[in-house]
Amino acid sequence: MTSPAPESVPALEARGIVKAFPGIVANDDVDFDLRSGEIHALLGENGAGKSTLMNILAGLYRPDAGEIRLDGTPVAFGSPRDAIAAGLGMVHQHFTLVPSQTVTENILLGLDTPRFRLNAGRSEAEVARLADQFGLRVDPRAKIWQLSVGEQQRVEILKLLYRGARILIMDEPTAVLAPQEVDELFRTLRSMTADGRSVVFISHKLGEVLAIADRITVMRRGVVTAAGLSPSETSTTDLARRMVGRDILETVQRTAQRPGARVLAVKDVATDNDRGLPALRGVSLDVAAGEIVGIAAVAGNGQSELAQVITGLRSCRGSVTVNGEEVGNRMAGHAIRHGVAHVPEDRTGVGSSPNLSIADNLIMKRYRDAPVARGWFIDDTAARALAQGLKDEYAIAAPSIDTQARLLSGGNLQRLIFAREIESGPKLMVAVQPTRGLDVGAIEAVHRVLLARREAGTAILLISEDLDEILALADRIDVLYEGRVVGSFGAEGADIHEIGLLMTGGGAAAREPGEAATAAGAGTNS
Amino acid sequence: MTLSLEPRTDAPRWLSPALTVAAFIFALALSAVIIALVGGDPIRSYLHILGAAFGSVGVISDTLVKATPLILTGLACSLAFRMRLWNIGAEGQFLLGAWGASAVVLAPILPAGTPAIVVIPVMMLAGALAGGLWGFIPGILRARLGVSEIIVTLMLNYVALSWIQFWVFGPWSEGGFQQTDAFPREAWLPRLTDFATAVPGLGGLTVHLGLIFGIVCAAIMWVALERTRWGYEIRLIGDSPAAARYAGIDIKKKIVIVFVISGALAGLGGMSEVSGVVHRLQDHISPGYGFTAIIIAYLARFGPFRVVIASILFGALILAGREIQPQGIPAMIQGVILFSLILADVLVRYRIRFERRLATA
Repeated sequence: MTSPAPESVPALEARGIVKAFPGIVANDDVDFDLRSGEIHALLGENGAGKSTLMNILAGLYRPDAGEIRLDGTPVAFGSPRDAIAAGLGMVHQHFTLVPSQTVTENILLGLDTPRFRLNAGRSEAEVARLADQFGLRVDPRAKIWQLSVGEQQRVEILKLLYRGARILIMDEPTAVLAPQEVDELFRTLRSMTADGRSVVFISHKLGEVLAIADRITVMRRGVVTAAGLSPSETSTTDLARRMVGRDILETVQRTAQRPGARVLAVKDVATDNDRGLPALRGVSLDVAAGEIVGIAAVAGNGQSELAQVITGLRSCRGSVTVNGEEVGNRMAGHAIRHGVAHVPEDRTGVGSSPNLSIADNLIMKRYRDAPVARGWFIDDTAARALAQGLKDEYAIAAPSIDTQARLLSGGNLQRLIFAREIESGPKLMVAVQPTRGLDVGAIEAVHRVLLARREAGTAILLISEDLDEILALADRIDVLYEGRVVGSFGAEGADIHEIGLLMTGGGAAAREPGEAATAAGAGTNS
Repeated sequence: MTLSLEPRTDAPRWLSPALTVAAFIFALALSAVIIALVGGDPIRSYLHILGAAFGSVGVISDTLVKATPLILTGLACSLAFRMRLWNIGAEGQFLLGAWGASAVVLAPILPAGTPAIVVIPVMMLAGALAGGLWGFIPGILRARLGVSEIIVTLMLNYVALSWIQFWVFGPWSEGGFQQTDAFPREAWLPRLTDFATAVPGLGGLTVHLGLIFGIVCAAIMWVALERTRWGYEIRLIGDSPAAARYAGIDIKKKIVIVFVISGALAGLGGMSEVSGVVHRLQDHISPGYGFTAIIIAYLARFGPFRVVIASILFGALILAGREIQPQGIPAMIQGVILFSLILADVLVRYRIRFERRLATA
């Protein structure tokens, strides 16, 4: 490749990277370069090999072949520690912070200096200086558990900056953020590149990528399909095509449908979170058959606890009924028996058992019933037939149903979870962040499945931090803020700015669906 | 040159069993080096151990006698470990089982002269119940209050030993000695030697019915774990408690049940030992079977039939310990085996890389 900018050696350059896992070549002769002072976005579906490439760059994996050059010098990192020592760090999707320690303590953790005695004051001042320089608002003395998800992300970034990182790899940093927080993050990223640092920005959100990136590289099935595009020479449709390999419909079509009888009724529900602090303070809502009700909220405002209360995973005060049957404060098994399906927020920790096979994961809610169960026994033939059928029907990409669930990509794992939950013939489906971290193709598939369930008459409670998703799918929207419903909208009256304001506690009085006829049509064209 | 560990993302299925076997061979080799270093002849030592444990029908029988309590306690540990319940109290549950079985004869629960066909089953039941009770305590504490089962089971081992000592020194003491009166013949598990009058070849063979208990329990456990809903739930909880709860499984109940069954298996081991071998209760009936069981469970990777094989191996080592001088050698080999197994466990999860370090900064 000839570069039109010969004035500088790339800050980071990967040439001919090959990495194979059993049954799949995750990176097949991949080239990637990052100029200093730029934001370079890396796009691709799940399983396209982005994470593998970044994990290689950050020292987590070793390439089978290929070369990595940092400022023109070949390097071979043995661990993330080596990588950060060389000025290259990665912010993962799942944070690695110690909840009971302060921001500064977390930042110092694992460093060689200070060797023995902590001089908290000096370190705090340095953290505060960095935070100030890059607009990363966070109190250095706050404990991690007191922070919102957005603030925790800032701590992760500060951790790298404190270690002198010149190159930051951000793995889907906006997936956990509210719209306003995304703007703040973007300002931070720009101030870092202005300071001469470089950023690799991994994302699935095409609009975002076009907004922030200086250059864009797209990967598909282990190879680069577009290298270093500038945002001006491409578009969302073009990027989507390069990612997925075909044209995709950007918005799914929601058919008009009259909701049926009330299925879920939540009345005056209050509960505490894991820290014993109030998470829900008297929430009432209901969902009818064939209706999608969206819960819009910034992370940590009680929506996770709401899902747990309804699915029997958390005790509560108040009442939760499904078709008149009380399911609150019972075991999860009780809710399952009464037709409550749950697509949980934590797919790897809750929604699946990582070391068990795909087959074992698919029968998780079926093993008590015929034909999988035969008395006390499990009919292996029936179980495998059920699993194979679901694997084929939902196109779960894996060598076989004996493959361990942890080897599935995010999108395929979500397919597995949806396959299992829908197979149980649910009356109510609680879907929490069903598309978080998924790529465009997988998101489209999830949206189709949800709408198909809606048409089949399932009541669906959709909890998502992605407002666009809620606006596209929901018949009604409830906004949750600090454990209370602070606003209710019909699909027609939903205004993204007003919802965004309510989500962040900035709303005036709560609105009722009837009053909201002014902003009809908003949100369908995002 | 540096050595580093890199996590494996793709451990093939054969790797874990292969490394277990390799660890065992490695342990024998390492032990051989140690024996040679202290001036012994490793080949002769091993041949001697082999001869002492498997050299004749008689010693094979003795090996199996030693293996019997190990099988039952090994199964007890394996069952609990599968659910990541760290029951290291098989020793105490074994002792309580021995005590419960003895109580049938000594309390007495059944009057003297009750036929064996009644006494033996009642002793089995009493042993399993007493061991099960000793498993119930850590189980309920863990399930209801979240108390670490490791601490509770470890401490209960000492309580169990003191409990036994109280009875053998006190109420059940045979004229002040630290043992009870010998059980009547009706309370003895049948041994092969008991049939020597009919089949002369069986004379002197002390292997007893407890071995059959062990093998039957292993078979039942295999079916329960691999073929039933119950076993599926254990696998699920063992891998991911959060996913199991999400699947609607009552984990707390399951913890208690598994602990009780685990304790009952070890308790049955204690019953089999007093009824099949010692024929009285003493405070020294176990040379640490319940602790060796932990190593066995790991060596067997919690597989019931593999527990039987590993127990026979360790039975042989314990027996050889009595035969060869110095006695410490078999104990050393046991230790080296455990060490090698732990090493193998690391190798299942990580691969080792040797490399020359390139410039990193």
